[in-house]
Amino acid sequence: MSQFETVIGLEVHLQLSTKTKIFCSCANQYGCPPNTNVCPVCLGLPGSLPVLNHQALLYGITAGLALNAQINPFIKFDRKNYYYPDLPKGYQISQYDYPVAKDGFLKIKSGGQEKRIGIKRAHLEEDAGKLVHDNMFGCSLVDYNRTGTPLIEIVTEPDLRSPQEAYDYLNTLKLTLQYLGVSDCDMEKGSLRCDANVSIRPIGQSALGTKTELKNMNSFRAVKMALEYEVRRHEQTITSGGKIFQETLLWNDEKAMTITMRSKEQAHDYRYFPDPDLVPFAIDQSVIEQVRKQLPELPQDKFLRFLSQYGLSEYDANMLVADRGIADFFEAAVKEYPHAKKIANWMAGPVLMELNDRKISINELKITPQGLVALIARVEEGLVSNLAGKDVLTAMLNGGKTADEIIKDKGLAQVSDDSALFEIIDEVIAQNPTVVEQIKSGKPQAAGFLVGQAMKKSGGRANPKKLNELITRRIADV
Amino acid sequence: MSISKEDVKYVAALARMDVPEDKLEGFTRNLGDIVHYVEQLQKLDVEHVKPTSHAVPVGNVFRQDVVKASLTHNQALSVAVEAKDGCFKVPLVIE
Ligand SMILES: [Zn+2]
Repeated sequence: MSQFETVIGLEVHLQLSTKTKIFCSCANQYGCPPNTNVCPVCLGLPGSLPVLNHQALLYGITAGLALNAQINPFIKFDRKNYYYPDLPKGYQISQYDYPVAKDGFLKIKSGGQEKRIGIKRAHLEEDAGKLVHDNMFGCSLVDYNRTGTPLIEIVTEPDLRSPQEAYDYLNTLKLTLQYLGVSDCDMEKGSLRCDANVSIRPIGQSALGTKTELKNMNSFRAVKMALEYEVRRHEQTITSGGKIFQETLLWNDEKAMTITMRSKEQAHDYRYFPDPDLVPFAIDQSVIEQVRKQLPELPQDKFLRFLSQYGLSEYDANMLVADRGIADFFEAAVKEYPHAKKIANWMAGPVLMELNDRKISINELKITPQGLVALIARVEEGLVSNLAGKDVLTAMLNGGKTADEIIKDKGLAQVSDDSALFEIIDEVIAQNPTVVEQIKSGKPQAAGFLVGQAMKKSGGRANPKKLNELITRRIADV
Repeated sequence: MSISKEDVKYVAALARMDVPEDKLEGFTRNLGDIVHYVEQLQKLDVEHVKPTSHAVPVGNVFRQDVVKASLTHNQALSVAVEAKDGCFKVPLVIE
């Protein structure tokens, strides 16, 4: 058991899914050819003036409310000054002392325990451009398409006590913001980025230890690994009599270690001051209430409702709630066919498996809630077996045909017709006289063998329940 | 408040300006004079003045979230000192 306590705080940057950039009317679009979504404002050309995108502010308020934060009745924008080629103006427009939201919290579940993680603040700012370094030609290339993309930065209090908690917080935060629809939270596209502050202190000590700042983690897994690495490094350094220096470290995923940034990059003096080009904003209480009214049901509430309303297991409810699209699909399906547990089994099982195999989201799936319940109903009626049902699902997703069409085309319907089944059963009984004797002498479980044999003869198409029933009846008659 | 040579060097470094050693003395004096001049404001009693971030009484100026045409690619790159592969070309920032 370690004698130290870990203290972690996270800063998460999320790109907001507005149609345009935060201070100009250029499209906020990922993946365009370089420097095609740029204008005098986002290039910082002399004489251009930024104007705030109303939607970006509304998204900021939305996120703030979902994080149980207070929305500042007065906000303003400030210039954060630094020189870097990805920042054409020589400063980033951000918020310093009057951020859109402050003093909130997010409830997370970690190790079976519920915990409140304090949210210190959430502020709006503009993203910078993208730099590609060309070592061969000794130059760097800048694409300013991303410049001016609206960001919200969400900063926690130093409330996280382990890398695992940090990981759980990130997942909960991501899910919450995806539910709000304010960001797609796609780390691969860079629309979610996370920096971490970490320190350790002897258990029982209230003063914080010296922290280091970690950057350059490309996945939640990497955040966790970087934090685990850094906690170990702090512990080893301190227990061997060394000292931790406050500095910024870059996570190197390949080497699985943190690396010191050169000191030149760390010399920061941002000299924040109010941006004279952007007037301040008073946020009316009525606006806040209107946004609050439009908040969707959040994942934790949906989870609890799924348990009580549909009687789902925690496991199933978790699976469904983990993706708003899947949860919506599920509820649409339940409206068509009121057997929530059966639908949940299909969704959490075969449907999710198909999604993973195909690496697509539920919205890209070639099946409607109506289409899925039509299949489930056929399985429940006993027209097709559970196993065959899964094949039907795969075929539905491949070709876009209905369940009934596929069952017919592939001849998957189970044979439940008595006379057809008796033909097979009589054959099996004739071929296995010893088993029949066993059944007759009081070992009914031996019938299972005969059911298996009959199933084989039917090419897997016989209805097993029906087979069992008919075999028992036939032997009793003999 | 007096301005030292170190202050001038620091501000110059933040502004990415090269200040030759023989100009340092003069710059320090000039900057000191400017700061001293502005220092007169300190004499004012501002106890009952609300902190002000903007001088113009205008607020809540918004833009609707509607896409408008950006510059063309060629227009955008026309302001670049050098361009390469559709990008602005700058000196290598990481060695
Ligand atoms: Zn623009």
